[in-house]
Amino acid sequence: MDHTALELLELGAVFFGLGLLGRLAHRIGLSPIPLYLVGGLAFGTGGILPLGDIGDFTSLAGEVGVVLLLLLLGLEYSAAELVTGLRRSWLAGVVDIVLNAAPGVAVALILGWGPVGAMVLGGVTYISSSGIVAKVLSDLGRLGNRETPVVLSVLVFEDLVMALYLPILTALLLGVTLWGGIGAVGISVAVISVVLLVALRYGRWVSAVVDSDDQEVFLLKVLGAALLLAGFAQAMQVSAAVGAFLLGIAISGSTAENAARLLEPLRDLFAAVFFVVFGLSTDPASIPPVLGWALVLVVTSTVTKFATGWWAARRARIGRMGRARAGAALVARGEFSIVIAGLAVGYAAVPDELAALATGYVLIMAMVGPILARYIEPVVRLLPDRPAVPI
Amino acid sequence: MNLRRAAGAAYRCTVNVDVTPLPGIGVRKEIELRGGRRVGVITHRDGRIELILSRADDPDACLAELPLTTEEAGALANLLGAPQLVNQLNDEHRDLPGITTRKLPIRTNSPYDGRPLGDTALRTRTQVSVVAVMRAGQVCPSPTPDFVLVAGDIVIAVGEADKLDHAADVLARG
Repeated sequence: MDHTALELLELGAVFFGLGLLGRLAHRIGLSPIPLYLVGGLAFGTGGILPLGDIGDFTSLAGEVGVVLLLLLLGLEYSAAELVTGLRRSWLAGVVDIVLNAAPGVAVALILGWGPVGAMVLGGVTYISSSGIVAKVLSDLGRLGNRETPVVLSVLVFEDLVMALYLPILTALLLGVTLWGGIGAVGISVAVISVVLLVALRYGRWVSAVVDSDDQEVFLLKVLGAALLLAGFAQAMQVSAAVGAFLLGIAISGSTAENAARLLEPLRDLFAAVFFVVFGLSTDPASIPPVLGWALVLVVTSTVTKFATGWWAARRARIGRMGRARAGAALVARGEFSIVIAGLAVGYAAVPDELAALATGYVLIMAMVGPILARYIEPVVRLLPDRPAVPI
Repeated sequence: MNLRRAAGAAYRCTVNVDVTPLPGIGVRKEIELRGGRRVGVITHRDGRIELILSRADDPDACLAELPLTTEEAGALANLLGAPQLVNQLNDEHRDLPGITTRKLPIRTNSPYDGRPLGDTALRTRTQVSVVAVMRAGQVCPSPTPDFVLVAGDIVIAVGEADKLDHAADVLARG
């Protein structure tokens, strides 16, 4: 069989297989992310069916997947929403960071993975999956609930933190000194401030550069601009993903909505490839040894995330049941935990066990999150009410 | 009489509309009813509308989120808005005996569906004045003869009771 035929067959089999997995996920009401990861584990290193010939294509496609994931994340929120979110929920955001990075940092230090490993694993356990959370809220009919803005503002804050965290992490992964790290923090804070300012004041102009009435032209321009900025950011040694994210923030208004609508199917395609590529790079045999630690992370970070949501909702004067719903809704981790782990694996600055641990962790959390969100109400109802305290 | 201002003022002085942005999703607008329950709409960024109603036992949660099409939302707004407007107009000319306000619907089988208001010649034929037309919950005050009626509109007419009966008949059958 000639080479091209083989490549097409392999690629077709991968996409078709992912399609079947996605359908299965839809049937049982789960996020497809864990199934894509399992699909990736099944192929590749140590899997049942190694993929040889399309490795170059899939790894580049996976990179494009990360760029699109972050671009659409940036498109989702306008600069004004980010700034309001920052102002209104910074305290909840800080509590979120402290509580939820802690389990990852602690486990990484216990396993002797050093400060870089701690930074990576802390990020993995910190960031909720805004994709899964938003879908769960809308599937369960909770968009009209009073705790929902609280949940969304925590997600908005996390996304801003990502824009700071990724360049710092990249600097650490490259092995820079402490001063270099502080420099990276300074540069990323400055760049993000400038982008937010530009987006707030001159968002129309940025939008006008990429905007077009013709869908085809528009798609090519937005995608091209995102990849150019991602490449530029990568060359400047801040992560490629951050460039795309900042472009997403700078594009605003109806241009952002159109871009999101056009790019969503592309994002789904390339992000699926990204999850598979990440799964590919992980040897399934390396997961069972770290499964115990993964479970420790699952339990602790479920509790800490739940506590974060509960606390944030209580500050917003939401009742007991609403606090429980807010806590449970935030538990799901997914795409961005894998983006962080994937970045670390790409620089080969962390042990292989970390990738295995992150895979196992996200596999479980992406399933636990939606299930917990769905069944939290009956569980809370079973618990006895606290005795009424006379005031 | 400025109908739009009158109706607007009536809404404003009694009910507070809470507007909450939902980042990444859209906007929620709701009012708190006297009983403490909330009713409102979620407008998604792609224009979809959902009607929400809070649960009685858990005011933070929603009993239902009903997706509405634009037409359905408009029809619902008419149902809710027209009686209020008619009551208000009736109040205003209570001291004129014999004069009442009535809402006359344009149904899908009406001969005037898609034709201008002037074609009905209501004033000449029935001595009834059309003071407003409600469409999708919006008041169009003092419509001109070239105002094109469509099915679902509610014509607000003022006149004597038997003249209004006649006008309803004209709008329904031509």
